[in-house]
Amino acid sequence: MSTPAPTAAPQPFPAAGNISDADRENLRRNGVLLTSLEELYNWGRSNSIWPLQFGLACCAIEMIAAATARFDIARFGAEIFRPSPRQADLMIVSGTVTKKMIPQVVRLWNQMPEPKYCIAMGACAISGGPFKQGYNVLKGVDRFIPVDIYIPGCPPRPEALLNGLMQLQKKIRGEHLTGPDAAKHTRADAPSEYAVPTCGAHDIEPTHNPAVWTPPVPLGRLGKG
Amino acid sequence: MESLEQIRDRLLARFPGATITLVPNPGPAAEHTISLDNAHAFEIARFLRDDPALQLDYCSNVTGIDWPEKEIVETKKVSVADPAGGPAKVVEEKTKRIEPGRLEAVYHLYSMALRHGPVIIRLRTGNRSDQVTVPSLTPVWRSCDFQEREIFDLFGIVFEGHPNLRRLLMWGDFKDHPMRKDYVEPDDYEWEPTPHAEVLERAQAHYPSVTPGVSAPAQVEAKP
Repeated sequence: MSTPAPTAAPQPFPAAGNISDADRENLRRNGVLLTSLEELYNWGRSNSIWPLQFGLACCAIEMIAAATARFDIARFGAEIFRPSPRQADLMIVSGTVTKKMIPQVVRLWNQMPEPKYCIAMGACAISGGPFKQGYNVLKGVDRFIPVDIYIPGCPPRPEALLNGLMQLQKKIRGEHLTGPDAAKHTRADAPSEYAVPTCGAHDIEPTHNPAVWTPPVPLGRLGKG
Repeated sequence: MESLEQIRDRLLARFPGATITLVPNPGPAAEHTISLDNAHAFEIARFLRDDPALQLDYCSNVTGIDWPEKEIVETKKVSVADPAGGPAKVVEEKTKRIEPGRLEAVYHLYSMALRHGPVIIRLRTGNRSDQVTVPSLTPVWRSCDFQEREIFDLFGIVFEGHPNLRRLLMWGDFKDHPMRKDYVEPDDYEWEPTPHAEVLERAQAHYPSVTPGVSAPAQVEAKP
């Protein structure tokens, strides 16, 4: 893949051509709806994100609360929690991922069809959280699957989850179907399935997927002999 | 409820060959316990459950303890006669002995029928390596099932007679026993600011020193 040329300013809907938003709004007032296939496609996708129905720990309770009438995730078209990965667009990793569980989580991710997105919800899914130094906890789900949105909190409130969902919607609406910076799911060379770790004699093997994640180097260690 | 000494004496009268010792707890909790030998533990447990005066029908908790091998230094004062004929001198003599390590399973028993308890019993293994078998009390108290499996998983005590002795929390191919004192956990977390100096040192130690010219993540990856 060639790297996309840097653009001057991010356009909300670049495929709409050179017509400005003000012009389009003016046309809309006169009964002319101007859009593009890409815009329509992304608009439809972003407003019907079906999450995979599974929870791992206490963050799942907040996720359930986000589906209730008070917070009402249905406002964003994401209320249809699918019990099958084949029908899901979004994996909300809501809670502590143990080393015993990560092979199943990666396998579910592999079974989801493209386009698919992942939200790491809460401190545990991001980094292991309060259990980071435990022997049985994976130190962040991004060691094995690519994460689109990180929602910090322990656990994050339902509003935070809804904000993360809105960020994801924004991301989906900015995706392109063609061109050098086309979305991942439109490219044949982009990986869709990831290596499933195995549970070994002392630890999971491997401890992370090098294609997805590399250990960060601490500040202050660079340049020291 | 009768005292623990009375229970022990009654058990000794009922099971003449058994080794039953009282383990006092000198702390303010004063939760004294009875240690049972493995040969008679199952029969004694059944007796504790069925005895009309005790009726310990509920096992609320089973837990494991790891006692690693430790060196005990005992100081003894010995009077030594002076060969020159003077008065005898008092000399402190230190003797070292190694107390062998062992594993323990501790059962907390209550009576729902008579509303008393707890009576706490202990089962001890011979050592921490090859004699780690104790009798399972799951056939006596059904509630011991998962808790004995958890102890088997995390401490490595083998409960003989357990109907379904498999690992409970860790996966089946896992070989270690994480709650043992000498367990070395995998060092798989990256450096981060933490107030725990020990954790910080360990996390820092598994990063190689970074040499200029090579990208740092590549070096970390190249570490064998």
